[in-house]
Amino acid sequence: MSGAADRETVFPTRQSLGIMKAKLKGAETGHSLLKRKSEALTKRFREITRRIDEAKRKMGRVMQIASISLAEVTYAVGGNIGYQIQESAKSARFRIRAKQENVSGVLLPAFESYLTEGNNDFAMMGLGKGGQQVQRCRETYARAVETLVELASLQTAFVILDEVIKIVNRRVNAIEHVIIPRTENTINYINSELDELDREEFYRLKKVAKKKHRDTAAAEAEVKKKKEDAEAAGEENVAPEPEETSGPADLLAAEEDEDVIF
Amino acid sequence: MASQADSRDRQFLAVIGDEDSVTGLLLAGIGHVTAPPDNQKNFLVVDDKTDNAAIEAAFERFTTERKDIGIVLINQHIADRIRNRVDTYTQAFPTVLEIPSKDHPYDPEKDSVLRRVRRLFGE
Repeated sequence: MSGAADRETVFPTRQSLGIMKAKLKGAETGHSLLKRKSEALTKRFREITRRIDEAKRKMGRVMQIASISLAEVTYAVGGNIGYQIQESAKSARFRIRAKQENVSGVLLPAFESYLTEGNNDFAMMGLGKGGQQVQRCRETYARAVETLVELASLQTAFVILDEVIKIVNRRVNAIEHVIIPRTENTINYINSELDELDREEFYRLKKVAKKKHRDTAAAEAEVKKKKEDAEAAGEENVAPEPEETSGPADLLAAEEDEDVIF
Repeated sequence: MASQADSRDRQFLAVIGDEDSVTGLLLAGIGHVTAPPDNQKNFLVVDDKTDNAAIEAAFERFTTERKDIGIVLINQHIADRIRNRVDTYTQAFPTVLEIPSKDHPYDPEKDSVLRRVRRLFGE
């Protein structure tokens, strides 16, 4: 019975029954809401994974194009420009900022790239020769980085959503498989205990009624007997003659006798 | 929310890559050197002579120490050298992104995020 099953430790009273019923209702509402949230998040999650897949492929192509244009620069400038570039990099022109997007209560960050104005670390790059190639290469790489930023925001969203979905699913399962059964068990337990109490109470009342009935019967019998005795005594006093006729308390005879007397 | 405030001031990208990748990305204008006292660069050029400890230290610096970096770009063949470190990195900020390099074509099988995607969809 419910005594063996997992349930909360409460006293089986009507008040706690009410509390448990409210709790069950709350748990069911919460469960359906969380389920819906989980579904909405999963939908978004699948969309994001699909887009990640696409973006990764796109990134492969874009980076390839960018590498080729860098090779062009190396060829045009003649010699390696790596060190020169690394040394002249001072302040980032290409920056990102994060904005938030709300998906059923989960804040997903999305990076957005922007160019700061007025600082150009590579103004002297390719001044001698290959300036055009350098310029083109910069544009190509800027586009590539934009793709990368897009991919990065997808990836961040992926990581966050993954975590949130796990938490939400854990909650859904906890409510579905632990809280609701336990509350139901508790309600059953309280109900059975209350029924038991009701039966006990009913039995007790029946007992009391029976006892009362018996008592009144006994009392009546006694009263009657007393009355009879009194009557019998009175009759004896008034008319001692019917004693022979009604030996063992013949009521009818006694009454008739009385009638005769009055 | 902590992560919200956290993500606000992350405005730079960081690169760990071979010379060509770093050069190209710096040309795009992502290079940044912090104010003179510490002069921290947000890029690391890795070649055959760079040892794994240095890469790991840079990765550590970009991902945990610096609070102004939003995206860490790392060449896939370099990520392979510190694969364990990259795979165990699960934070949302900064995002670690594996990029292909000129000499090493992109292999989706190795990407830590794509592997997670695969695992989630049971492939």
